Order: sequence, then C-alpha cells, then structure tokens
Amino acid sequence: MLSFVASPPVAVTVEGQVPELSEGGFFAGTAWIMLVLPFVAFLMIVLVGKRLKGNGAELAVGAMGINLVWASVLFVQNMMGGIYREVSLRIGEIGRLGWHRVSFELGFVVDGLSIMMYWVVAFVGFLVFLYAVGYMEGDVRVPWFFASLSLFAGSMLVLVGAPNLIQLIIGWEGVGLASYLLIGHYWEHKENSDAAVKAFLTNKVADVGLILGTILIGTTLGSFRFSNLNEAAAAHSDTLGGVALAGGLLLFFGAMGKSAQFPLHVWLPDAMAGPTPVSALMHAATMVTAGIYLMARTFPLYHEMATEARPWMVTIGVITLFVLGFLALVADDLKRVLAYSTVSQLGYMMAAVAAGGYTAGLFHLFTHAFFKALLFLGAGSVIHAVHSNNMSDMGGLRRRMPITFRTFVIGSVSLAGVIPFAGFWSKDEILATLGHEGYTGFMWVAIAGAFVTAFYMTRAVALTFFGTYKGHGHPHESPTVMTGPLVALAVPSVIAGLLNIPGVSWGPIRNFTDWVGARVVPMGDYHPSAIEWNLAVYGLVAALLGILLGWRLFSPEAETQAGRDRLEVPVLYPLLRRKYYLDDLYMNGVVDPIKGPIARGVDWVNSYVIDAVVNGAGFVTAWLGHLVYGRLDQQGIDLVLNAAAGGTRGAGKKLGLAQTGKVQQYAGAFVLGALLLVVVFVIIT
Amino acid sequence: MVLAQFLVLGAILFSLGVYGLLSRRNAVTVLLSVELMLAAVNINLVAFESFWNTAAAHGQIFAIFVITIAAAEVGIGLAIILLVFRNRAAANIDELDLMRW
Repeated sequence: MLSFVASPPVAVTVEGQVPELSEGGFFAGTAWIMLVLPFVAFLMIVLVGKRLKGNGAELAVGAMGINLVWASVLFVQNMMGGIYREVSLRIGEIGRLGWHRVSFELGFVVDGLSIMMYWVVAFVGFLVFLYAVGYMEGDVRVPWFFASLSLFAGSMLVLVGAPNLIQLIIGWEGVGLASYLLIGHYWEHKENSDAAVKAFLTNKVADVGLILGTILIGTTLGSFRFSNLNEAAAAHSDTLGGVALAGGLLLFFGAMGKSAQFPLHVWLPDAMAGPTPVSALMHAATMVTAGIYLMARTFPLYHEMATEARPWMVTIGVITLFVLGFLALVADDLKRVLAYSTVSQLGYMMAAVAAGGYTAGLFHLFTHAFFKALLFLGAGSVIHAVHSNNMSDMGGLRRRMPITFRTFVIGSVSLAGVIPFAGFWSKDEILATLGHEGYTGFMWVAIAGAFVTAFYMTRAVALTFFGTYKGHGHPHESPTVMTGPLVALAVPSVIAGLLNIPGVSWGPIRNFTDWVGARVVPMGDYHPSAIEWNLAVYGLVAALLGILLGWRLFSPEAETQAGRDRLEVPVLYPLLRRKYYLDDLYMNGVVDPIKGPIARGVDWVNSYVIDAVVNGAGFVTAWLGHLVYGRLDQQGIDLVLNAAAGGTRGAGKKLGLAQTGKVQQYAGAFVLGALLLVVVFVIIT
Repeated sequence: MVLAQFLVLGAILFSLGVYGLLSRRNAVTVLLSVELMLAAVNINLVAFESFWNTAAAHGQIFAIFVITIAAAEVGIGLAIILLVFRNRAAANIDELDLMRW
C-alpha cells in the first residue's frame, strides 16, 4: 500500500531565529529525478552500452549533465533564499511501537544541506565523468566502468537526498558496492582486488555501527526520519534521552569508516588501486564525504543531546588530521600523497563538525571537494602522460604539461591554505570554531597540521613538476577533454572561499552559512562575526612555513642531496613507511587469526557437524526418492498410463481404416445415417 | 391447393439426387445430383410456405438463401474439379483417394 506523505515545512523555534524557508519551485518538487537518473543511466549502459559509439560514456555524462542543471537551479535558488521541502513515499510497515506504526519510507529532502551536496556531487561528478571519457579511452571494460561510475554517483545522491536513516543506509551500501567495483576495476592484478576487498570489509566493520545506531534510534523514536530525530533532539525529548549517547556514538562509528577516520582509515590509501577518475570522485564528492554528511545531517543530536560524545569525536578527528597527514610525507606514489591528504582534511571536517562547527565542517567539505578533485584529476593527467604513479618517475613536467602544472599548483596552494584561495577561508573557519568551543590545544594541533599539509604538497609539486624528468618516453599535455575539467575545477578552488568570509556579503547572494542553514531545525552553531585576524595569521604563517621548508628540502637546488624524495629521519621514517604498523596490526591481529585458527575451526564444524546433518538429510531423501520412483511410479502409475495410451492407439488404428478417401462412401454413410434418423423419428412420433 | 403433390415431387427429386450422388463416377454429375437435392428442398420450402401462407414469407426467404449457398458451393466445387482434372486428366470421383488415412 503506497501513500504519499508530504511533510510541510514545520518551523520549530528552538534557539531564536528560523530562517524563512520557501517550498522551492518546480525543481525542488522534481528533485527526485536527480536520484533516479544515474540509475537509469546505469541500467541502460549495462544493457546497450557496448553497442553505443561512446561505449556508454555519453549516457553517464548526459545523466550527470541533467543532474547538474537540476542541482544548479536549486543551488542558485537556495543562494537567494532558503528552501525546504521533504517528500516521503510510504513503502511499507516495518513494525509497531506500542500503537505507533513504524514505516519504511523512500523520498527526498531538498534543504540547504542536501542542495549543497547535490550540487557538489553533480558538479564534481560531471567534470570527473567528462574527464574519464579521455582518461579511460581504449581501456578495458569501459562500458562497465561508466555504469559503475553512474551507480556510484547515483547511490551518493540517494544517500544525500535521504529523508530517513533507512534510505541513507541504502545509498550508503550502494556507495560501498560501487566503490568496491571501481577500486577493483583492474582486478586482473591481485593487489587491486585485495584493495577492493579491504575497502569493502573496512567499511562493513563500520557499517555495523551505523546499522545498530539506526535500529536503536529508530525503535526508540518510532521513526527513522531525520526531521523527527532532529526535532526530538532540539526539544531535548526524554524518549531520545536514554539512547542519544549510544546512538550518537554508533552513528559516528559508521561515519568513521566511510569518512576514513583513524583507525579505520586504512582502506582509503589502498583505494588508489582504482582508475584515477574514481579516486577523484571518491575523495571529493561521493564516498568519503558521506560520513561528514551524516554527522551534519544529525547535527542537533550531537549538539543538543549526545554532548558527551563530542570530545571523543573531536579527538578522533584531530588525531586523523595530524597523525595521518605525516604519512603523506613519505609516500612515493603521487596518488597516495593525495589520499593521505584527504584523510587528514577529513579529520579537519570531522573535528569541526564534532566541535560544533556545522558550517565550518561543511564549508571545508565544499571547498575541499573542488581542490581535491582538481588535484586528483591533475595527478591523473600526469599519470596518463608518464604511465607511472611514482613521483620518482616524474619531475620536470612543468614545461611539458603547462595546464596541468598551473591547475595543480592552484589546487596545492588552496589545499595548503594560502590566502586568498578557497582552502584558507574554510580552514580558518575550522580553527576559529575549535578555538571558540574551547578546544584550544586541538586548535594548535590543527595549525600544526596546516604546516604539515603545506609541507607535503610542496614536496609533491616539487618532485612532480620541477627538476629533471626521470621517467621514460616523452610525456605531453593531456587532451582538452581532460584539461577542460581541470580548468573548470580551478576556478572554484580559487574563489569558493570568498562565499563565506565572516562579515562580508555579496549583494543578493547570501553567505554559505545561510545556504546550509536552511534546515527545519536551526543548527545553532558558532559563526565568527568578523575575521579573526590573529588566527588567520597563525594559519597562514604555518602554511607558508610548510611551503618554505618543503621547497628548501625538495626543490631542484636540493637535487644534489642523495635520495631527494625522502628524509630518512631515524625512528620516524620507518614508522611512517610502515604506516604506524596499523596495516600490520590489522593483518596479524585480526585478519590472520580469522583466516587461520578461527576459519579452520569453523571449517571443521562445517564439515563434520553441519555437513553430516545435510548429508543425512540428502541420503534419506535419495532413498525415499528411489522407493517412490521404483515402486509407485514405475510399477503403479506408469502401468495405468501405458494401458490408457495403448488402448487409444489401437482404437485409432482401427478407426483409421474407415478413412478411405472415397467421397461416395462417406456420402453413402451419411445417407444411411439420415435414413436411420428418419426411421427413429417416425417411430418416436 | 394440394400440398401432397408438391411434396411427392420434392421426394422424387431428392431420391433421384441421392441415387445420382451415390452411383455416378463423374464428379460433375455428382455435383449436379447435389443441386437436384437442394432443388427438392427448395420445392418443399416454397410449398409449405404457400400452404401455410404466413405474412413473413419465411419459406421463400429461406429458399433464396439456399439458392445463394448452392451457387457458391457449385462455384467452389467446379473449381476444385477443374483443378483435379488438370492434374490427373480425369474427373472420376472414385479414383480420388488423396485423403486416405
């Protein structure tokens, strides 16, 4: 039984001002198209992709292009005035809670947060798809690649459009599945499929938290809707009170997996095994942002009720941003440098959201999406040219690939946080939030993290683009279909930060704070009302010092040093090379025991206990079958049937003799019959 | 008006038709015999109609139907016979046993 349940914007006044929210227009009402279209593209590519001229790429790019139009219109509408619309389609009933029916719903939300995510996914996704057309040309399984990409983006849109936790889980798992398929795209090599399995399993571990948290909150509240959860949290409901902390921590555990927080980050660097467009999409828009998104979606839960969880979450975020950033210093694989940088930036976002900086975390997500996609696509362009992921095979590409070089540098300085690039403003807002919420120590760690970020990005740029070329062949600039997206991403990487400068506004365009503030429940987080110049200066100085040190150590002038790409500081260097021994810990501490004794034990139980029962049942069934076949079927039923068939055949043979083919015989028989009838009638009457 | 005379005429014609149908070898003659039987039936229909003299004239209408159908039947029958004759150079009905078992 299906029924439409549309919830009107309910203004729950909790902490003063609720922004004036409109229902949006045609595009808000039909936003579900964005959620469905990539799946249509997925199915069509799977069915007919091979027969198309572009191997199905045109379908994927087309679907994403339409999505971009939709998302852009919503984005601009929301820029001018807040939109809120939520539509849920009731699919069925899961169970009852007292008198209350708990239903399973699918639908979509159009509000400040989801519009921002729609647009980021559609914008970055569209450019990455376009880029992939050039990057994947002549590669293996191109239609399947584009089908999986569509599935990836579609799942993410389902996730960010989810009005309830269950739909979120559907999108969440879809993203996990698509990432598994894409990371293992070159599955012919064992390490690639291992990386895919690792990503999938690490995420699964975290998903347990998400699912348990969902069940806990859903069954307590009687509803899986985010709006109900957030309203209950904002109203400090007693029902929710008992489970708020446990539920909040469980959801956070789920977010830790997807958003690669320490110590569940191990899958993300290995996920580099996939083609580079996948990495760009995964790191910028579709996968790792899901955890941050979940935290932002359920922000009132943490802000109002599960406050005890927040220091822990901030700690995890800060560990992630600082400790894992160092790993980027020793990596030789260019994509791995970027991957650790993503992990570290996700730490910033998580710390900000957990500390109470809803806007700060999301703003960093927003700007990060542009420059990280740009960096990955730039790295892909380089890898495409030199056919190697390792920076020891690169160098001196500045002149050979000018567009890639320029855009890559823009992305790097934006990531490093140099004024006035986008990364500076968003990182500064995070620092301000951390300071304001009383995490002063962590704020200084985050500033130190900015130094590390600038350091490793300078190293990457110096080793890739400066000095002399150390690889093989003659690399040259990538085709326009690849450099175009680079330029398109470089623009927001420069200017996106201007959208949320405290105390500065741009006419009718509202600040980013107001865009993502278009929610039913006001977020009530902290925004600095003016630029905090001393913090900005600290962050900037840290970034510049990092660039300076990086240039000092890795610039072409330092080339005379042996092993220019490494600084073998004792103790620290081996520790970093082994990635803090975390991978070894997981392999030896978790995977091997499961593979070894536990798996053997389970195998024994399986072969001797379960199989015995199964085999016994099979034997009895086979014996019964023989009995039924031999006695009942062959000697009972068949006898009757054969007799009936034989009789029919004999009768047919006899009767067939009457069929002489002579018309006059038939006519004679007919006349005789008629006469007989006449006689009968005469006798009767 | 005496009904019996017409009925006797019809019966005689019908019997002639049956005889021709069963005894003749030539297919054309067989068809003619069938027509004879139909004519006998028509006579009966018209005779009964004029005897009872109903306003609706069912008998006449029915007779016209029979004539129409007879014409169609002869048309098809003659066509078949013509084709058989072409293929086998004979129109003897007792030699046609293609439809045997």
